[in-house]
Amino acid sequence: MPVLVTDAIHALHLQPLTFTVGAAECVCLSGPSGAGKSILLRAIADLIPHAGDARLDDRWCSRMTPTEWRRQVGYLPAESFWWSDRVGDHFADPAAVEFDALGFGSEVLDWEIGRLSTGERQRLALLRLLANRPRALLLDEPTASLDPDNVLRVESLLSRYREQHRAPVLWVSHDTAQRARLAHRVLHLDGGRLVEAAA
Amino acid sequence: MIIHLSALDLALAAALVLGLAWLSVWARLDVAPRLLIAALRTTVQLLLVGLVLEALFASARLPWIALMALVMLAVAGREVMARQKRRFGGGWGYALGTLTMFVSAFTTTLFALLVIIGNQPWYAPQYAIPLLGMLLGNTMNGVALALDRLTTGAWQQRGVIEAHLSLGHDWRTAIGDISRESARVGMIPIINAMAAAGIVSLPGMMTGQILSGTSPIEAVKYQILIMFLIAAGTGFATLLASWIGARRLFDERWRLRLDRLR
Repeated sequence: MPVLVTDAIHALHLQPLTFTVGAAECVCLSGPSGAGKSILLRAIADLIPHAGDARLDDRWCSRMTPTEWRRQVGYLPAESFWWSDRVGDHFADPAAVEFDALGFGSEVLDWEIGRLSTGERQRLALLRLLANRPRALLLDEPTASLDPDNVLRVESLLSRYREQHRAPVLWVSHDTAQRARLAHRVLHLDGGRLVEAAA
Repeated sequence: MIIHLSALDLALAAALVLGLAWLSVWARLDVAPRLLIAALRTTVQLLLVGLVLEALFASARLPWIALMALVMLAVAGREVMARQKRRFGGGWGYALGTLTMFVSAFTTTLFALLVIIGNQPWYAPQYAIPLLGMLLGNTMNGVALALDRLTTGAWQQRGVIEAHLSLGHDWRTAIGDISRESARVGMIPIINAMAAAGIVSLPGMMTGQILSGTSPIEAVKYQILIMFLIAAGTGFATLLASWIGARRLFDERWRLRLDRLR
């Protein structure tokens, strides 16, 4: 039962933050832009220098190799980036990826990254992340540029993944209705501090 | 025998540069001041180095030759740093280029002097200083190009690098394409120079030897030697610079640290 715990983690203008995301729990993170939501996610993913630590179950980030930690604690940035021209080159084992769950056919593998819309990239980036089978998820506005149908598809895919793998999910969302649909708890980040808000 | 040049001969050539400067002012190219300053620098720097070399050749003592070599290295290191748009901050900006040039150009020169040429004494300045100069000059170009490509590449493609990292790839994979591209860019000038040598261009050193009366075949052999040494020296330095530079872009937790650039 994976549990994601931070221990006085802080970076840049954030205060030291300690909180827990339980197994199969979805915690939504809200707050004004510039409050440091992305910074917090990037610090937990150990992508930026930070003080404090985080652990998954009883395994501390600082005691794991960075690659092992980042595979287990999957971070989805708000904007996706791609290193190869073809979609298929970004998936080690395309057969195991649920492309159809987000409305893609198998021909998507031959598509050119440069011709994809922002929304298509965002959905494919999520599939690329889930292909790693992360044990916890840090999602930075994963549905920001999707149409309503695809928002629901992504939400249901992620809920299924969360239940199936008992994965703790920390989800940055600006959308009140979405938070009401998904969140077991809402944390509000403002002035570098976290406050528990009404779900 | 070589025909000695008088001051008047040089003045005639200088008149050409002045003519070009005048034309560029007329065409509003905005390069006249830079052109004239560069021409002036060439004159002063070469005259000075001529004097230094005269003295050095006359004494031919190892400590002085070593000092000259170190001064050349220090200036080349500064030049590498100055040519980068985004360079490493702190001592690294200077040390990275200088260190790789030191390792590569000095070893290659020593190898040529000791093993290939086998002069007595091995450090005879007529050979050591021009060899080192040609190697440093070319290595400097290669390293400067490679590091500039590496740092601007990392800056522009930070998103791609971090996409790799956040998916749990190691730093070598994350910067691999950029690092390889930077090494390639650093090596292309010497590869092109070797490919075109003799057909499109007559290399400067060979031309100089022929002008001073050496038989063309003898001059060609020296030129081939120099080309190979430059290729090896530049190549090793470029590879080293792009490897160390790439590693330096990441910290011990394999985070991309663009804050180390400025």
